[in-house]
Amino acid sequence: MAWDLESDRPIYAQLVEIIQMQIVSGYYPPGGKLPSVRDLAAVAAVNPNTMQKAFAELERSGLIITQRTNGRSVTEDEEMINGIRQNMAKDHMEAFFTKMKELGYSKNDIIALIEKSYEREKEE
Amino acid sequence: MNELVEIVGLTKAYDSRNVAVNNITLTLPKGRIIGLLGPNGSGKTTLIKMMNGLLTPTTGSIKINGAYVGPQSKARVAYLPDRTYLAGNQKIKDILKYFQDFYADFSRERAEEMLRSLNIDPDTKMKVLSKGTKEKVQLILVMSRNADLYILDEPIAGVDPAARDYILRTIINNYNPEATVLISTHLINDIEKVLDEVIFMKYGHLLLYTSVDNIREQHGKSVDAYFREVFAC
Repeated sequence: MAWDLESDRPIYAQLVEIIQMQIVSGYYPPGGKLPSVRDLAAVAAVNPNTMQKAFAELERSGLIITQRTNGRSVTEDEEMINGIRQNMAKDHMEAFFTKMKELGYSKNDIIALIEKSYEREKEE
Repeated sequence: MNELVEIVGLTKAYDSRNVAVNNITLTLPKGRIIGLLGPNGSGKTTLIKMMNGLLTPTTGSIKINGAYVGPQSKARVAYLPDRTYLAGNQKIKDILKYFQDFYADFSRERAEEMLRSLNIDPDTKMKVLSKGTKEKVQLILVMSRNADLYILDEPIAGVDPAARDYILRTIINNYNPEATVLISTHLINDIEKVLDEVIFMKYGHLLLYTSVDNIREQHGKSVDAYFREVFAC
């Protein structure tokens, strides 16, 4: 399955986000090995050079590590992974609150709605 | 040396009123997948034909891997023309044999594997194939060569979306990282994700040569959307 990419933003930035998500969610665990650029580019159906650029960006941030002989792997630094998780959560919350405020909900309304949705999801 | 194609001051004038390619200077590096985009009549096919030595430039020059276009460059360029050149009464397997004899860099194994994954029987004659299947066979032949430069003139126009995905994956998987693929197409949306860079042509001129992500970053829209804006009728 090709990855779902938006058409109005740079592709490599979206690849970075998707791989970050896969690391945060544990799909690639801390210290786990990553596929080669070429293999992952084929899975995502993107240009290998663009995937390479995304990997380079993730390497710069320290989230993935290149071993000379052993390909690439996820960092073992779980604190760093946690930090990225928190950043992503913060971004989602900000986007969510912006939208809800646009819809005219107050803080209390929003909290009540969250609890209601959460209960419903638990029942299902 | 990272340059694969060096085009300098290239012009093709069919007569004084019809200048198909107008003074193009362009250098293409190795290891890229590049889209050649432009509306009908912008000179894409003329440029491609000159790169393959099928048309002689009026002025200017093209070098591929340091050599002017000629037998030496042709042996290293795999070209998919915009129309078929294969005889209808030939079987696919005979064409495979022909390619094997003709091109030292042709991998019959690779071609047979691709035919299998697209469920095409090598015992079939070309003339009984549908338009789309014919296109697939020709693309398979071209991509089974181990060339320095692949030039594909409208490779996916006639095939269904599922086969398009397969073909694009084939291009990603099969080309060697030192080689460059130049793809001329109108179906920008379908191939945008596999391109590094795009060349925009208009009335024979080179309008733009930049990376896909540059366009997205600078204009906040896809290459497809940007193309529609630049070439709005």
